[in-house]
Amino acid sequence: MFLKKTKKLESQIDEYLDLVIKGGLVFKLGIKCYLENLMEEFENHLKDLRKIEDRADDLRRNIEIKLYTRTLIPESRGDVLGLMESCDKVLNITTETLLEFSVEIPEVIPELKNHYLQLSESAIACLENTVSGIRSYFKNYDAVRDYVNKVQFYKKETNKIAEQIKRTIFRTDKSLSKKIHVRYFAFHIERIAELSEDVCDRLAIASIKRFE
Amino acid sequence: MIDISVWFFISSALFLGWSLGSNNAVVLFGTAVTSKMVRFKTAAIIAGVFVVLGSFISGGGTTNTLTNLGGINAIAGSFTVALSVALSVTWMTKASLPVSTSQAVVGAIIGWNIFTGSPIDFATLSKIVLSWIFSPVISAVFGFLIFKVIKRTLLKWKIHMLELDSYTRIGLIIVGAIASYSFGANNIANVMGMFVSATPFKDLMISEMYTVTGVQQLFLIGGLAIAVGIFTYGLRVMKTVGNDLYKISPITGLAVVLAASLVIWLFTSQSLEDFLLNNNLPSIPLVPLAASQAFIGAVIGVGLAKDPLSINFKVFGKISMAWVVAPIASGVLSFILLFFVQNVFEQKVIDPIPYQITATVLHRLDKEEIDTKGLADLKDIRFTNNKVFKNQILEKHRYKNEHLFKIFNYARIDSFKIDSTLVNNELNTDEYSPEQIEGLKLLHGTAYSHKIDFENSVFSGREEWSYSGNKLSDKIIDDKKQFLEELFRVRK
Repeated sequence: MFLKKTKKLESQIDEYLDLVIKGGLVFKLGIKCYLENLMEEFENHLKDLRKIEDRADDLRRNIEIKLYTRTLIPESRGDVLGLMESCDKVLNITTETLLEFSVEIPEVIPELKNHYLQLSESAIACLENTVSGIRSYFKNYDAVRDYVNKVQFYKKETNKIAEQIKRTIFRTDKSLSKKIHVRYFAFHIERIAELSEDVCDRLAIASIKRFE
Repeated sequence: MIDISVWFFISSALFLGWSLGSNNAVVLFGTAVTSKMVRFKTAAIIAGVFVVLGSFISGGGTTNTLTNLGGINAIAGSFTVALSVALSVTWMTKASLPVSTSQAVVGAIIGWNIFTGSPIDFATLSKIVLSWIFSPVISAVFGFLIFKVIKRTLLKWKIHMLELDSYTRIGLIIVGAIASYSFGANNIANVMGMFVSATPFKDLMISEMYTVTGVQQLFLIGGLAIAVGIFTYGLRVMKTVGNDLYKISPITGLAVVLAASLVIWLFTSQSLEDFLLNNNLPSIPLVPLAASQAFIGAVIGVGLAKDPLSINFKVFGKISMAWVVAPIASGVLSFILLFFVQNVFEQKVIDPIPYQITATVLHRLDKEEIDTKGLADLKDIRFTNNKVFKNQILEKHRYKNEHLFKIFNYARIDSFKIDSTLVNNELNTDEYSPEQIEGLKLLHGTAYSHKIDFENSVFSGREEWSYSGNKLSDKIIDDKKQFLEELFRVRK
């Protein structure tokens, strides 16, 4: 009976994390459609992602208010809110990146299409493992370490693919402005992995603090 | 109607109770309140109620130990001793030292003993001092084990952080309530122990079935004073002292308070003592403990379970110093204040107790192989002053304190008269055997001037009063003997 409100909040946190995962999946689909020049589907995915982001924002605020007004988990709520906010930033960057594709329509040369697909796969794997790590932080504290390691691994992979894209584009005879444009998009997708790693660094510290 | 002066004298105990409550609220609910898991108001209500219940229902056990140490029999003496404890405790709190009221009380009673020339019961004193050493050690062991168990359970059960938060809150409230009850039962002796021999209250009959004794009334008032201390000043102490030492995570706090309250309960529970005695196991002495000592012991235990390097032994050293300083400071203060109360305010700090060495006293001392050569010269002389009696004895022989204590005990003139009406009215036939009751009735009208004469006549060599070898039944016989002694003692 007394756990009713707590259970509701737990499911809200789970729902929020589900939205972040969903956002990552939609992003991957969006990039795939863009690379295959299916622009209508791409725009639909962008719309979906924006909706997900809005819903996630509302949910996060709601959770924050509940945590503070009911003085729940007073020792850890700073960490929890920090994790959720930084997770939200990753989702924002994901949406912004897809939006920039829609606005700036970068020209991706055919030999880099596969690289871009791999780059988005790897960056979103970072995000997904970060979310799994946060879930474990709430319930299965022992497993956090495994997810942190996975995130670090995928982040390095993402860096390698981004580097390959940059090297390849700058060795073509495209104009400098186009080269810079393509590099800029690789950099943006790479940022998703970078920010996910930042969330994981927070997560690693927060999980150590749990039994302080 | 109780004389107004009695309230004046008890006021020092109320002050002491208030100071005890305000200081120890931080031990009972400090972690819960500073970590915002429980609101101060909720914590104070729970702590207050359970402290009062603990002191009223189970407050008797540890009081006997204190009255053994010093039977302060004049209310002005009790007042002065309580006042010196309250003052030294307040002073040490101001100096931001985690103060131990129990230690201050023992120090002040020793001060009274020295001032009045009463011999110190070193057997009881060593029991108390040993408990001060053992209680933090046992707390540390409990804290270590409890924390390990909690951590292992949490990792295994995979409870969601938010659910765990709810369970921890409930746990902190329950453990805080248990700690408050144990604390009230254990520490009420510190507040009211010195008034027990001089209680101004008469037994109050609530119904045919239930009577509230004078001592229980004292404990109730003392418990209320502690509760008022928790309400009025507890939060302030939590905010000042609480930040350095008591700011630990709620789960750690739960382990610490649970360990500390278990230890306080071990040293308070008469039921546990009965259980141990019944199984012929060594019992744990019922001694007023310092809640802060048990708490700090538990903090160290939990610290060792987490990371031994995280413990700041420098801070621990400072705290331990306070444990040594507290009894000495209050002992000295008590001695000085008693001097002023007796000589400046002309108040009686001890009721003169008459002593007389009789043939039975000498015989008993001989039996216990205590040298009585010189004492024969003092035979049948009546002494009314502790100090004079002590000096006379010591002139004859340099007795060890332990022997001196026995001589004082045996030579004390008391007054007992066996009355068969009291036997019929007061003794329960379920508890006393027909032989025991008949034996007492046969002695109707006999009077004794010394406790040992009473014991020799009523109990010695009688089958119905012999010990069986079972520790619990032997203790029950001892309790009955003590009850009869009180029953037949002729009050002035």
